[in-house]
Amino acid sequence: MTDRAFCVLRAGALTTVQDLGRAGHAHLGVPRAGALDEPAHRLANRLVGNPETAATLETTLTGCAVRVRTATVVAVTGAPCPVTVDGRPAPWGAPVPVPAGAVIDAGPATAGLRSYLAFAGGVAAEPVLGSRAADLLSGLGPAPLSDGGVLPLGDPYGPPARVDAVVRAGLPAAELVLPCVLGPRDDWFTEAGLRTLATGRFRVSSASNRIGLRTEGPPLERRKDGELPSEGMPLGALQVPPDGLPVLFLNDHPTTGGYPVVGVVPERFLAAAAQAVPGTPVRFVPRPARSSGRG
Amino acid sequence: MSTGNGAARTRLPLRPLPVGDHGLLVELDDAAAVEAFHAELLRRAAAGTLPAVREIVPAARTVLLDGLADPGRLAAELPGWDVPPATADDRPAVEIPVRYDGPDLADVAALWDTTPEDVVRIHSGTEFHVAFCGFAPGFGYLTGLPERHHVPRRATPRTRVPVGSVALAGPYTGVYPRSSPGGWQLIGTSDVELWNPDREPAALLSPGTRVRFIPVTTETSAASPREAR
Repeated sequence: MTDRAFCVLRAGALTTVQDLGRAGHAHLGVPRAGALDEPAHRLANRLVGNPETAATLETTLTGCAVRVRTATVVAVTGAPCPVTVDGRPAPWGAPVPVPAGAVIDAGPATAGLRSYLAFAGGVAAEPVLGSRAADLLSGLGPAPLSDGGVLPLGDPYGPPARVDAVVRAGLPAAELVLPCVLGPRDDWFTEAGLRTLATGRFRVSSASNRIGLRTEGPPLERRKDGELPSEGMPLGALQVPPDGLPVLFLNDHPTTGGYPVVGVVPERFLAAAAQAVPGTPVRFVPRPARSSGRG
Repeated sequence: MSTGNGAARTRLPLRPLPVGDHGLLVELDDAAAVEAFHAELLRRAAAGTLPAVREIVPAARTVLLDGLADPGRLAAELPGWDVPPATADDRPAVEIPVRYDGPDLADVAALWDTTPEDVVRIHSGTEFHVAFCGFAPGFGYLTGLPERHHVPRRATPRTRVPVGSVALAGPYTGVYPRSSPGGWQLIGTSDVELWNPDREPAALLSPGTRVRFIPVTTETSAASPREAR
């Protein structure tokens, strides 16, 4: 094993290798996968001089700790958390040069859920269909990190960004507000059901994961019963299973499904959804599609 | 893939529905219309006359187009397309060896009002093709069984269906590419490798692929199904 690698000392609750995912394979049943808080992933890469396509580590709630075998530069973004290098405090949201053998610890999130740890050169796990992203639904890509595991690092791309710190953008808010474009199956719901979507008090369920953000709240009343023939599901789809509670499809979602999609949350709002801790109040703001489309 | 050369082109009844600000779900009358429309999309994409799109996902009655810059414009254009009927895939059929030893074989025989031996004869005597994929990488929804042989899902889904299970549900038959929960009726087992990311193409089955099931006996097939990762 080359020295360009790191060893996992504390994998945390769930830490996965992520990049921008593998788009273009949905027709084969392959989910997009990729970093759930994509802006944070892109920023972490930029801070250490990587292209935004390089792979980072996405942690969940409790962070992670690794020992690097080579001198490198690291940066932590996303959910704010205490960062230490060999036990000494280091800045969050800034490039941090670390010597070979150093232990980098991204601690538990103090707000939000998911932090991103980037290394100069990126995590060089074996790509699958052009992506290093771990896909937890299909089991594609590198397995979630485990204590004692070793992962390779790529060669550095260039000098890290010349910044001391970045503004903490997109911090989790007290309330998750999710605009959604109605359709394609809003006609499966009654007027009252659609009103419930717009006015209901929902909360993020603790059953949420990388596949979907589940909600708790008042069920949406349906106009049509029965099953819908399986159809393509986009990222951000608000799928409503028979219990009437919307599930917001995140990056590891199945590519087809049989429950009606009442609306679609535009992708730019999904990073906030990915940082919403269980119990966070959720408000949906439905609006008609911009293109009428209906012919 | 089918070329459609020379076939009569007709207007397909279709209904584009908005999917967010950058997607369209195009609803069609039946599976044959989905195949014809999907083939036309692929032809136009190959010819460079389709607007840039991130995903084209055919399904039972719909095709999802996702990642369009201006879905409204394409939605307005679609009803004017002349589309030839789907033609048979010109690639050779994929042959999938099956041990017809599934726990639901007798139940399926009862639903078909026939014997388990007849189920094997009919299933292996049918030429299927992949209507669409989904559920898991490598899983194809295969059509070809006549309507009288369509069966309901199990009333209680199994918490674990073994990898390689050959199964029936509704108008479809399929092979589980990995172990998962599932409600389909299990009639057999196959060792076929449906999905291998190190292979090109990774998926053995893609929309349009023709498929035949070849009965094998337990004695001639020593290998047991692999465990899913």
